[in-house]
Amino acid sequence: MSARAERRAALLNQLPLWLGLVLLWMLLWGSFSWLNLVTGALLASLVSIVFYLPAVQLSGRLDPARTVVFLLRLLGDIVRASVQVAWLALKPLRTTAGPQSAIIAVPLRTRSDLILTWTAVATSIVPGSIVIDTDRVSSTLYLHVLGVRTHAQIDLFRASVLATERRIVGAFGSREDLERLALGDAVAAVAAATGAVAADARAASTRDDDSDRRNLDDTGKET
Amino acid sequence: MTPAIGDVVTAVLVLSAALMCLAAGVGLLRFPDVLSRLHAATKPQIFGLIAVTLDVAVNNFTLGTVTLSVAIVAFQALTAPMAAHLIARVAHDTDRFRPELLVVDELGRANRRGDRGD
Amino acid sequence: MGIVVIVAAVLFGAGGLCAVYRIVRGPSVLDRVIASDVLVATVICALGAEMAINRHVDTLPVLLVLALFAVLGSLAVGRFLGGKEHS
Repeated sequence: MSARAERRAALLNQLPLWLGLVLLWMLLWGSFSWLNLVTGALLASLVSIVFYLPAVQLSGRLDPARTVVFLLRLLGDIVRASVQVAWLALKPLRTTAGPQSAIIAVPLRTRSDLILTWTAVATSIVPGSIVIDTDRVSSTLYLHVLGVRTHAQIDLFRASVLATERRIVGAFGSREDLERLALGDAVAAVAAATGAVAADARAASTRDDDSDRRNLDDTGKET
Repeated sequence: MTPAIGDVVTAVLVLSAALMCLAAGVGLLRFPDVLSRLHAATKPQIFGLIAVTLDVAVNNFTLGTVTLSVAIVAFQALTAPMAAHLIARVAHDTDRFRPELLVVDELGRANRRGDRGD
Repeated sequence: MGIVVIVAAVLFGAGGLCAVYRIVRGPSVLDRVIASDVLVATVICALGAEMAINRHVDTLPVLLVLALFAVLGSLAVGRFLGGKEHS
């Protein structure tokens, strides 16, 4: 790939984000006029040149139906989370005996920053969880979870985060991520069949993945 | 007939928003540590804000109002988790939390093991 | 409608007062920052509720600005206190 074609691909990759900035500008003014379009385009260019950030790798894939499902589900989760936390705060009986929250690690299967970010934001809004830290190299989210008392509940919660990731990948994840999910399912099925030994193997394989990822980051272009 | 229904909708949405704000305040008082209080601080208001702006947008259904409402909710929904994450990380890193309230602390474990990637 | 206004005002006020109490008493800086966030969010919701009840849209830009910049307080404090550098 020549340098010129590469630059064109990079610009094409940035185009949706640039359009998003223009749209935001028009949202802020609350009207869609030509003047707003022109000034928005100018400002968007200015902002992306002056405040330069490393380019986000968009996946180039968008499934409208699944995106709508994801957003609706997210809205429902927000409402559910609000009511649930409000109930925890307002419920008359005080039950603070013993630990009732946990900090858990959720190793995601995606290797895309975009999906990692979206999953982090989405899980921050859904019931009872706040992202404390992320580990970009291994795509691990560290979450503080409110209202869990047992390890069974923790496992349940971890599964719900992974389900959120699955919905997001289904909506606008890359093909590699989709394949990785399918692969993870296969491994999980084997693990369920053969028990703890396979789980250990899976942990080892994610560690291998991490080193792969580091190599990819070094070379940069392959992702 | 219609204005009466509109009034009822407004009343329900405004009251639920107010209840959510109250819950946030009470949660601040009753939850035992910083990390738990963060939950109270971030979540109920988003619902309250959605309810209120929905009502405003429905009552004054113009393009400008609706887009502005969407922008408000989007910004709040994006910035609240970000603030919560910042505070939570500082709280955890500087040990301003109460480990006895946690069932497990897998982040602390990972940090001690030193296998964090960044 | 009058009753609704009174009840809503009492609820908003109580929520705000709880936040103020936590700002005053809060054992650590972080508690105070969280509480001030809650206070801002309560103000946002109350302004919005006033708009909804009185059927106007005049303070919508104010809401937008508050929603945008409410995060700056936490951001500044978070940066200032800093965390351990994971190296």
